[in-house]
Amino acid sequence: MKKKLGLSLAAVATLGSIALTGCGSQSATPAPSSGGTPAANQSASGQQLQIFSWWTGVASSKALNALIGVYKQQYPNVSVINEAVAGGAGSNAKAVLASRMEAGNPPGTFQVHGGNGSLLSWIQAGDMKPLNSLYTKEGWYQDFPQSLLNMLTVNGKIYAVPVDMQRANVLWYNPAIFHKYNLTPPTTFSQFFADAKVLKSHGITPLALANHGNWEATLLWSDVLLGTLGETQYNQLLSGKGSWTSPGVVSAAQTFSKMMAYTNSDYSALHWQQADQMVAQGQAAMNVQGDWAQGYFTTDLHLTPGTGFGWAPTPGTQGVFAAVTDVFGLPSKLKSDTLTLNFLKVLGSEKGQDVFNPLKGTFSPRLDANTSLYDAYSRSAMASFKKDPLALIIGQGGANPGFTNQVNNAMEIFVTNHNVNQFVSAVNSAAQANPLN
Amino acid sequence: MKGSMVEISDDVAGSSSFRRKRFRISRDRISALATLAPSIILLGIFVYGFIVWTVYVSFTNWNSFIPNFSFAGLKNYLFVFETFRFQSDLRNIVVFTILFIIACIVIGLFLAMLIDQKIKAESLFRSIFIFPMAVSFVVTGVIWSWILNPQTGVNLILKAMGFKHLPSWFLSTTIIPNITVGQIQLGIPLALLAVLIAAVWEMSGFAMAVYLAGLRGISDDIKEAARIDGAGSWRIFWSIILPQLKATTTTVVIILTAASLKIFGLIYAMTGPGQEFVTDMPSMDMFQTTFQGNEFAQGAAISVVLLIIMAAFIVPYLISTLKQGEDE
Repeated sequence: MKKKLGLSLAAVATLGSIALTGCGSQSATPAPSSGGTPAANQSASGQQLQIFSWWTGVASSKALNALIGVYKQQYPNVSVINEAVAGGAGSNAKAVLASRMEAGNPPGTFQVHGGNGSLLSWIQAGDMKPLNSLYTKEGWYQDFPQSLLNMLTVNGKIYAVPVDMQRANVLWYNPAIFHKYNLTPPTTFSQFFADAKVLKSHGITPLALANHGNWEATLLWSDVLLGTLGETQYNQLLSGKGSWTSPGVVSAAQTFSKMMAYTNSDYSALHWQQADQMVAQGQAAMNVQGDWAQGYFTTDLHLTPGTGFGWAPTPGTQGVFAAVTDVFGLPSKLKSDTLTLNFLKVLGSEKGQDVFNPLKGTFSPRLDANTSLYDAYSRSAMASFKKDPLALIIGQGGANPGFTNQVNNAMEIFVTNHNVNQFVSAVNSAAQANPLN
Repeated sequence: MKGSMVEISDDVAGSSSFRRKRFRISRDRISALATLAPSIILLGIFVYGFIVWTVYVSFTNWNSFIPNFSFAGLKNYLFVFETFRFQSDLRNIVVFTILFIIACIVIGLFLAMLIDQKIKAESLFRSIFIFPMAVSFVVTGVIWSWILNPQTGVNLILKAMGFKHLPSWFLSTTIIPNITVGQIQLGIPLALLAVLIAAVWEMSGFAMAVYLAGLRGISDDIKEAARIDGAGSWRIFWSIILPQLKATTTTVVIILTAASLKIFGLIYAMTGPGQEFVTDMPSMDMFQTTFQGNEFAQGAAISVVLLIIMAAFIVPYLISTLKQGEDE
């Protein structure tokens, strides 16, 4: 049965390309590994570590290879196989991973987002081993913020090591436009709407929105919800201890709907980069997006942080850091844990993270991370990350995947018909059907 | 996409091969079976085996990473059918398939008739019309989404021509005629027409190629005889050419139906599910439910419904070809 399940999942996951898992063979598409020794010269003990991720983009694969390089320096006898699976914003990789886990053939370690999404599913399925002793040995309980470790902990056991940190509650804006009309980045929703009126009267789109992938509007709504409820109530809600029909949620939905009146009408045709481009070119004044947008501003559009583009926390979320973090753990069905534990040591170390993050355009979640390696934006995000409470968002692996998918579906209707009650009740029934904790 | 089309026609062709009742074991037969065995085994496992498996999963409670094969009855089906999204999908797929087939047949036949007039550089025209088919649906989707983007492409030309109210193409949430049944509106979503344009651009060349082959099969003698009897061009077209193209039309309809029902890449690249799911399709819904929501049993239920819709189109055709085989 297990074997059959693995087979079927793999066949579905690779959408027709034949990948036989469950019989000890390699998974679908191993990307070229960096300096890994060919299989023929492997030592008899089979010193081989498979690292599974969806980092196939230019920057992220460079960063991963650099991290693997650090590992190889310390453990030259291990052949590292970089098993990155491309496509579908990680959904292809997740499907391949699921099939391998079911077949009892997990990779040495794999990328997953910290939070109550897939990570929690794997932990609940009994597919992960706790890492408390590794944390104690490496002194990591002091090296990372407690609120980050809480996201990786279930019943006192910690299950993963964070490698990078991204922020999801960022309001990107065009400094030239704000200067021209004497505006400051809005810190409250009423200020946002006051600014938006001014901008609209001058023929500028106040808030650029892109929703081609249908997760972008959900991200915006997450930030509005966080700004409306405040961090304590919001986190209770997202961990299944609040009511999704409370007045706060309704009010957030109303605010979101009101915001939609100040966006460009063609949002469902645009990808997030195009919304940021509108801000960069001065057609729009603001955009809410995670800080992966900063890489787009600096690398693709060659803008200088501060002058070419500005940033602020989204309205009402000052003093809160909405975290999106990539973490790696220890699968429980491995034959031997040593290689993986050694890799996790490197992954969590200052040296490993200092090599990895600048290349990837993220920053290190370690409290002692070297700030001189990062630009002005990342330094400001790091400062907030170190002192502020963290929150998860809906999407990006923050919440139950089934819940997230149904919220996205409800959002696709809500952005058009603005029916607040219908939306709130759809989100509420999604939360009933998919437990959040 | 293309590969699976061929698969369907192969299945169809192979289905009548066991007609003869007398079964003599000859060397030919053994070698034929040996040749067929690998593909029969692979098809058995990877197509039919997994169909059975998918049906099984759709009746379980497996809606997260944790496999749960307890029997759920029709729960997943009821849940899926109640969603606004899936009801929209069913409306879209019916509307889209019908319009897609009609448009491809009309345009394909028209082009085939033109090329059949013994024009110069015939092969050049043939290549031009059939070329879009060589392009992947994903590429087609990206190209047409640029062409039909409300702020670029065609609308810039319309703007330059002085049009004030520019169409919003695939962003439109208008549905015509808007008949509300339960929670959804029945009718033709305008946004779907934009997707249709791209799909027809891609596939009408295929219809043309098949019709051209069909037209070449009609003997000139009959046409000549009709002409001598005083029939005009229209009369010849309606009474002689069209009836003889019946078999060709059946082939075109079946293959286009298969292509239309499982359309995914075009939607994924061009519009996504669309606002209020005006351009969503069951395949898209299945993909997101299964691989983003990890709701495996619900995704399987959607797949099974899609399979039943497919069967509703394909099975009558299979039966008719089997019958024809017996009549011969």
